[in-house]
Amino acid sequence: MPQEMTFGESLITALEEIMGQDRRVVLIGGGLVGTGSGQAQLARLREKYSSRIKNPPIAELGFCGIAAGAAMAGLRPLVDIGTATFSYEAIPQIVNEAAIAYSNSGGQTNVPVVYFMRYGIRGGGGVQHSGSPQPWYWNTPGLQLAMPASPADAKGLLRTALMRSQNPTIFLAHERLMDDRGPVPDGDYEIPFGHAAVKREGRDVTIIATGIQVPRALAAAEVLGKERISAEVVDPRTLQPLDKASLLASVKKTGRLVVTDESHDNCGVAAGLAAIVADEAFTSLRAPIKRVAIPHVPIPFAVPLENFVTPTTERIVEAVRTLLRPA
Amino acid sequence: MLADISREEQLGILRKMLMIRRAEEHVIRFNEDYKDLIRGHFHVYIGQEATGVSVCAALTSADYVFSTHRNHGHVIAKGGDPKKVLAEIIGRETGYCRGRAGTFHVAAPELRIVHTSAIVGGCLALAAGTAFASQVQETSAVTVVFFGDGAMEEGVFYEALNLAKLWQLPLILLMENNYRRAGRSGVSHSATELADVPRALNVDTTVIDGGNVGLVYKTASDLVRRTRAGEGPFFVEARTHPWPGNEGAHPKLVAGATHIAWAWDASGVPEKMRSWYAEGDPVLLYARELVEQGGVSRDEIQQLDAEVRKDADEAARFALESPLPDPQAALNFAYAGGGN
Repeated sequence: MPQEMTFGESLITALEEIMGQDRRVVLIGGGLVGTGSGQAQLARLREKYSSRIKNPPIAELGFCGIAAGAAMAGLRPLVDIGTATFSYEAIPQIVNEAAIAYSNSGGQTNVPVVYFMRYGIRGGGGVQHSGSPQPWYWNTPGLQLAMPASPADAKGLLRTALMRSQNPTIFLAHERLMDDRGPVPDGDYEIPFGHAAVKREGRDVTIIATGIQVPRALAAAEVLGKERISAEVVDPRTLQPLDKASLLASVKKTGRLVVTDESHDNCGVAAGLAAIVADEAFTSLRAPIKRVAIPHVPIPFAVPLENFVTPTTERIVEAVRTLLRPA
Repeated sequence: MLADISREEQLGILRKMLMIRRAEEHVIRFNEDYKDLIRGHFHVYIGQEATGVSVCAALTSADYVFSTHRNHGHVIAKGGDPKKVLAEIIGRETGYCRGRAGTFHVAAPELRIVHTSAIVGGCLALAAGTAFASQVQETSAVTVVFFGDGAMEEGVFYEALNLAKLWQLPLILLMENNYRRAGRSGVSHSATELADVPRALNVDTTVIDGGNVGLVYKTASDLVRRTRAGEGPFFVEARTHPWPGNEGAHPKLVAGATHIAWAWDASGVPEKMRSWYAEGDPVLLYARELVEQGGVSRDEIQQLDAEVRKDADEAARFALESPLPDPQAALNFAYAGGGN
């Protein structure tokens, strides 16, 4: 019987179940649910599994490396990095050690570590607490990249990352999604990596959306529906591995594509997805591909500036209108 | 001093030290005799053999070892097959990592050398990680991480050391000071003594002569026992005597291959290098010590060296005759289990 809960509560509920089922799973870090709901649950978990939950000093480089090394020796660590930009302090260990060990060893050393981080424009975060690192990590062979957009997806993908995966995983939850509510299935509910979800069916245009852009795209589709534009919203859920077939099938059906991700547009996630569709489904397109992303500027603080760079529902709606406007 | 171990074990240590020396003489010849065989630059462990071999002699096959860009010696010291080491160094399918790692990153997971980083200090936190895993899994395994003096210039050294101490990890940080970097006092590290740094974090610290087999073995055995008993982490500075052939990015056999007889008569060594071979070479020093104090004859030592040279020659031939990987294999091993 699915229960209604927030994104953060879903994560902590999943973790509690996982730690009960799999003794290899350890938690390094403590802000898994942010400052929102779920704090009491996290405190209980700390008490229950005190030997498997470590509260590290402020040393991202050190503890991200420790987690990778522990994974090489058979543990399955979940590292809570907190704000995603803090992971930039640990890039040498994540990108230059954890990601490469399996390949460098000729397929011998597995590194099943999960780096959890809260990304994106949270509102008032300023330039160093609003970052979106997904293009960096998607550009790193060896890393998997999960971007759940709903409480149910958060649980299902976390179980797969922690209990099934043999590879290092970047697990990104948008800061503004942490208190979103939704139904979450009970028990051993898993979502395999590399399976996109069509979150709304449509005929006229495909919107490929990731993370926070999924609820924004769904809201855009509502607005567009009133204008008799039928938009299909497809959520890849994991960028690596990527369910290219589902994305291409949708574009072939609709003939139009808007891609949206809350990261910078230069070599960004939207750019990468657009390139795949241009390469592999060009003849199905009836209009140019549109990207809705963050312009190439560090995230500013003041409200109007921050709003200006955010890839909002309105910007998605406008991009779709542009595609469908008669020439 | 000689270690308090059997004659057989003493000779076992010498055999491994000689194997590292002979295998790495082949590595240097690979570079000198064959165009484009190694291609890039490379590093050898010549002159530091006593440290790696004596430390690994105090470990079991269940203990983890991490190394550096100067890894060939550590892999052989932990029990590595010189055939698979040399094959990896020249990128062969038969190498420890199927030719994906090369000289800089030889890893041998079957020996519990699970990953090798060529980034200075790259393995320090990973080593704290395998130690953390052993602690959580409640096994008696310890982790030894070898690194050079240069790694103490990196920030990760400080973070890994602090975490290892806070979490009381079963980890031995073994700094081999080959004076490539911070040994030049005041140039690249501001500490008066590098060993002052771990002491400031309340990590039990020992400074030893890394060229003295008996001393390294005794120190390592004591610390491994204490680490297994939960008293870790520990820091050791093993001071080594830099080999004159190691200058620059492409080591050269400046005095030719080592003659084992130089252990008792170094007059055949070119004069410029003679003092290192007479007073600094850990292999020759140990051979001489075994003759003078261990009841081993010169003939036995010569015989042992001949056997090792034969094995090393065989390993070099194996590597050279091994196939290169199939080009398509470049796409393998990005992800385990098909990326899921």
